[in-house]
Amino acid sequence: MKNPLDTLWGTVITGLVLTVVLYYLVRSMMGA
Amino acid sequence: MGEFIQYGIGRWVHIMAGVMWIGLLYYFNFVQVDALKKAAADTPPTGAGITKHVAPRALFFFRWAALVTVLMGAMILGDKIDDALFFKERAYIPIGVGAWLGLIMFFNVWVIIWPNQKKVLGIVPATDDEKNKARRTAFLASRLNTALSMPMLFFMVASGGIFRRAFFG
Repeated sequence: MKNPLDTLWGTVITGLVLTVVLYYLVRSMMGA
Repeated sequence: MGEFIQYGIGRWVHIMAGVMWIGLLYYFNFVQVDALKKAAADTPPTGAGITKHVAPRALFFFRWAALVTVLMGAMILGDKIDDALFFKERAYIPIGVGAWLGLIMFFNVWVIIWPNQKKVLGIVPATDDEKNKARRTAFLASRLNTALSMPMLFFMVASGGIFRRAFFG
């Protein structure tokens, strides 16, 4: 599989996915 | 006066240095990498000026802005730094995650990107093979930082005031 960080779009999508995952993780940590 | 410096001046400088750090990170990733690739394909290659004059100067402000950003961030958190970094207090969890992402990015800048860029730019001696490996390592660390900057900035913005209420209730 190609490394997503090799392309700008792959990098941006990786960042967006990470943001969403961490957001829900933090929400659950906060009991929201 | 202490609070004015810690929160007022500290936050202002933290944001200015952060804009310079992340702005230059985006310059490298969105502009310079592709520009150098195209310049290398020219006949004769035309990227020497960027490598010689632009990249070292950009890297200088990039790495020192990263240090100032982290130091100011630590100053703003003050004695709440352990509540944030170890998620001890509910309200400090979002900024704690943002701070951890910033610290990982700071580590990448000073421990991975800069030492490898010194080889690529010829600031320290390296064989062609070492330069190629260093270029790839620095590139991936820089791209990782670009990806990490997105959640990092989200948690920096979403950790206070109306934004925290909007995102975390």
